[in-house]
Amino acid sequence: MRTRYSLLIRGGRLIDPAAGVDAPMDLLLRDGRVAQVAEPDEIRGSADEIINASGMIVAPGFIDLHVHLRQPGQSHKETIATGTAAAVAGGFTSVCAMPNTVPVNDTPDITSWMQHPERKSVTNVFPVAAATVGSRGESLTDYAALKRAGAVAVSDDGRPVLDSNMMRGALIAAKMEGIPVIQHAEDTRLSLGGAMNAGASALRMGLRGISAESEYRIIERDCELAAETGGHLHVAHISTAGGVRAVRKAKAAGYNVTCEVTPHHFTLTDAEIKDYDTRYKMNPPLRSEADRVAILAGIADGTIDCIATDHAPHAYHEKEVEFDRSAFGITGLETALPLTLAALLHDQKLPLPKILALLTSNPARIIGKNNLGTLVNGAHADVVIFDPKKRWTFGANGSRSKSRNTPFDGWQMTGKVLTTIVSGKIVFQS
Amino acid sequence: MSIDHSRSLLDIEHLEKKDILAIFRLARRMNPSRPKNTLYGKKVILLFYEASTRTRVSFELAAKSLGAATTLVTATASSIEKGESLIDTGGTLIAEAADAIVMRHPSSGAPYLLARHFDIPIINAGDGLHAHPSQALLDAYTILKHHSELHGLRVTIIGDIFHSRVARSNIHLLTKFGAHVTLCGPPELAPEACLGLSTGLRLTRDIEDAVHGADVVMLLRVQKERLQGMALDIEEYISNYQMTMDRLKLAKRTAILMHPGPIIRGMELTDEVADCPQSVILEQVHNGLLVRMAILERLLGAKGAQA
Repeated sequence: MRTRYSLLIRGGRLIDPAAGVDAPMDLLLRDGRVAQVAEPDEIRGSADEIINASGMIVAPGFIDLHVHLRQPGQSHKETIATGTAAAVAGGFTSVCAMPNTVPVNDTPDITSWMQHPERKSVTNVFPVAAATVGSRGESLTDYAALKRAGAVAVSDDGRPVLDSNMMRGALIAAKMEGIPVIQHAEDTRLSLGGAMNAGASALRMGLRGISAESEYRIIERDCELAAETGGHLHVAHISTAGGVRAVRKAKAAGYNVTCEVTPHHFTLTDAEIKDYDTRYKMNPPLRSEADRVAILAGIADGTIDCIATDHAPHAYHEKEVEFDRSAFGITGLETALPLTLAALLHDQKLPLPKILALLTSNPARIIGKNNLGTLVNGAHADVVIFDPKKRWTFGANGSRSKSRNTPFDGWQMTGKVLTTIVSGKIVFQS
Repeated sequence: MSIDHSRSLLDIEHLEKKDILAIFRLARRMNPSRPKNTLYGKKVILLFYEASTRTRVSFELAAKSLGAATTLVTATASSIEKGESLIDTGGTLIAEAADAIVMRHPSSGAPYLLARHFDIPIINAGDGLHAHPSQALLDAYTILKHHSELHGLRVTIIGDIFHSRVARSNIHLLTKFGAHVTLCGPPELAPEACLGLSTGLRLTRDIEDAVHGADVVMLLRVQKERLQGMALDIEEYISNYQMTMDRLKLAKRTAILMHPGPIIRGMELTDEVADCPQSVILEQVHNGLLVRMAILERLLGAKGAQA
């Protein structure tokens, strides 16, 4: 390994939302850090490698707060190596790995194991540890020890903390460690047996519904608990108008609440599920058009802080079964950027720096990684270079993930990641 | 991954009016007491993951009346019990040279999975809460034995709409032909959202209002096995929604009374109603055989034989 490896990215349009930069700039990376940001052609001297980024966007590498890497225990779906390979193909340089592994990541040992070099991750991997032992909702895990081992948040994702006292305890304990509690907001007592959004489509298809209420009631409660404790609540994959309303209200009141949304929730609705295609089955489910519109409004007004994929790989035999028996979840790392550009840039006409903040500086702030998600001097040299105009067709069979469960197979996309750089090294080139 | 709906019978929505009328024309020519051999040499698998008497027997007799061989595969006496997936079961049956699969399954949409993966006709004999297209076809066929057309007809469906695949398929078929359909039941079993199933639906909680002036009164069984902890006061249901002779008298004199069966006497209808002259419940069963013969011949017969 070279000790003084340097990489010069020249001619691109640098967008660094955290620094308020959106201009033609050259970028010199050295030893895993940003060494210099300068006006075009101002950087003198040689570099080990030079990338011509003319016509391209150069931005901080994307940070995904919500990914299921499936290791340990479910490597037939994904491994840390394959999941992060898919991540860099989508422009992500940091991923937060959810704890619903087998066994559940509720110990410092598993948290460390996930970050070990032998896992062959090509991105930064930040484990989100279980909020309660075994995610059973009975007793809190050791947040201090988990944080020391590298956990950036706690969550019982998929098995939400329903008990108010337990959630209060989690917020208090997490506050002492300065980490957020991430809640998959679903009152599973209300959504039992549900396979899709409760609504007209579910009624027509004869499927039991997961109501919007099962989400926003928990968000409303958790916002109150965040207010009471001062703890940081981060709402995972918000999907309902009621949920957005609750977070907006909490933020207006000054509570320590943030939230994320997935690209599929602002791209698709439950009306698009045809012929019981299980590639459209995930949790939270695709909601109504009114919910989708409310989410877009929530992104525009800043209620929604970031975009996370909820990348949830599953094997063919787990997905390609009867709809109500099929596993919840879709892959998302490789399609996030073009779906985001389609909805937020081309349809909603949001400024590109604002859109990129949802993928870079905002998620970095939520997990307290101030040297990530920005490209100022001295910051971590995680960079994505993408062509915002490039048209291409996404094929699930060409995915770097082990799994193929995505409704976006065959979609025409606009916007393609060309190069992804982690710690100053090129880890992906298309 | 897309489904060729014209090859199979999965639901009513994918049928056009002309397809439905063609099935009726074919059904009128069927006579089970004079078996034909238009499907001689064909193998029809009856794949039943859920209990059924009338539908299973009806499809079996229909296939045999056309000269086809049938085999019954049930969930409890096969590899399905051992955990075989639906696709693997389907693949096995096709390797056994099945020409069509008639399928009943507790999961809504299950027949679509087979139809997506295999290129033989899949006939939905009832999937979860979703659809029961052959029942809707035989119901409409029966109505047309008593009324000249479906357009403008006043049809009232009473009872457990929410859990009923029969109601869903009937609603789609009847509204497709311009019938005025009134739904009636308590909020738990006939939620407001049912109005979104199709256009031109009316919902009332008042059974007398629902029956008044109806041409067809269709009753549904309360599906206790699907209530899933839903609290339903049976006595109250009987007092508000049971069909009695007094209530039936509010319908037109020419009205017929229908029920897809199995009927639960004393629950959704009284003995007198079940056996009254307006009741066509057994006629429905007979017509079911004719309509299912027509469905099988249409999907499996030589192209020239199709109406």
